[in-house]
Amino acid sequence: MTNSVILAQLKRDRILELLKEGKRLDDRGLEDQRPLSIDVGVIPKANGSARVRLGDTEIVTGIKIQPDKPFPDLGDKGILICTAEILPLADPNAEPGPPNEEVIELARVVDRGIRETEMLDLHQLVLIENKSVIGIFIDNSVTDAGGNLFDACSYASVAALLSCTVPKYEIKDELPVLVEGVTSKPPIKTIPVSVTMARIGEYIVVDPNSDEEACMDARLTITTNSEGNICAIQKGGSDGFTFEQVVRCSEIALPVGTKIRKQLEKLM
Amino acid sequence: MNENGIRCDGRKVDQLRSISIKVGVLKNADGSAYIEFGKNKILAGIFGPRDVHPKHMANQDSGILRCRYHMSPFSVTERKNPAPSRREIEISKVIKEALQPAVILKDFPRTVVDVFIEVLQADGGTRCAALDAASVALADAGIPMHDLVSACAAGKVADQIVLDINNEEDQEGQADMPIAYMPNLGKITLMQLDGILSPSEYKKCIQTGISGCKQVYEIQRKALMEKYFGNETP
Repeated sequence: MTNSVILAQLKRDRILELLKEGKRLDDRGLEDQRPLSIDVGVIPKANGSARVRLGDTEIVTGIKIQPDKPFPDLGDKGILICTAEILPLADPNAEPGPPNEEVIELARVVDRGIRETEMLDLHQLVLIENKSVIGIFIDNSVTDAGGNLFDACSYASVAALLSCTVPKYEIKDELPVLVEGVTSKPPIKTIPVSVTMARIGEYIVVDPNSDEEACMDARLTITTNSEGNICAIQKGGSDGFTFEQVVRCSEIALPVGTKIRKQLEKLM
Repeated sequence: MNENGIRCDGRKVDQLRSISIKVGVLKNADGSAYIEFGKNKILAGIFGPRDVHPKHMANQDSGILRCRYHMSPFSVTERKNPAPSRREIEISKVIKEALQPAVILKDFPRTVVDVFIEVLQADGGTRCAALDAASVALADAGIPMHDLVSACAAGKVADQIVLDINNEEDQEGQADMPIAYMPNLGKITLMQLDGILSPSEYKKCIQTGISGCKQVYEIQRKALMEKYFGNETP
């Protein structure tokens, strides 16, 4: 065995030993998240922005809102596009270049949480049906990668959306023209909250840090809406869950989500 | 769906589309399978264990699994750009992670097992159908496995939880939950959800999905038996 494999095994043994006593490496309970701080409006040139810190993970998210052509099959809806990038300064193992599968999954899971909860009423973002709509572009930059990028990016995206202002566009000669100085609030319907859990052995822990992620068996991200429904799920990792475990995860995600939602609601 | 609970394609709420699996359809791959899952037509081919390229991906302690899920340009109504989309890259990853718990690669250090999936025609639920074919193809390649992986989606259409939603139902439906399951180990190895479910619907949806996976498992098993034992099923 190589040294790194031995080290990883030792770390996993230690983490499991602590979990047996109901403890974690950073003294959290199994269902506790790391401290979450959210600042909005950190990038004034963006239409909405947020800096989120979740333990050792930090995300800066900016939203740009501009007119665009609708998708051909969705002419009665505005555009929502969500991306993510792990900046090379965020992680010693990150390299600049085209997004790898982890980053693509990250962006798509964050996107799915916002889209499937129907957080935004995209019908309200149409200027001329089938021709011109307002596009909302959410770009997440991971500036410090300390585990659980899914939840951190999701909170940053939602925080930026809740606090953004939508510029007004008028149609002149069939073309959208910006009306200076007039903005409105985004059409928010519900607040999605993503809760990621890791299974390590028989234990389910909320908000895994990077040590826990490195040794977890499998991961489950559950996004809930303000009405207490489950709206988006993504399983990851190289092992699985039993039926009882995925039900347990949903029972954890709802109350943990409610707590985070209270913190997000203050931003509206 | 009509008042008797009959769906747009004539199925009952708990009925799978018709599925047929053929094992060993490719001559040059180490293992292969072809599945027709409703109107989905999907090929899976396995190569390996073989040398890893690029070499830095190799693991000194175990073999690795790689997966490429790809849709042919002609597989959907509007021509699909043949370059891998973000969706295909994500699906490749979740399929790989759904198969990983089943395969035993400890005895093949510094090697790779490549899973190549080609969707020739798509009609909703391709990731599940692709997984069903890939799992059978891995067994055909002689890769040691703890269990087969069987996959099937459940969902919510017209306020009802239904099994195996097709393309039309996916477009109009309220929720789509693909599930992969190892029936003998009782483990869920892929789970995703798009759509809105209450906690009780969530539970019912998973149970419905798992019951579908168990039906798929019997078809996968039969397909493997047919290739290796002919008609004299032991």
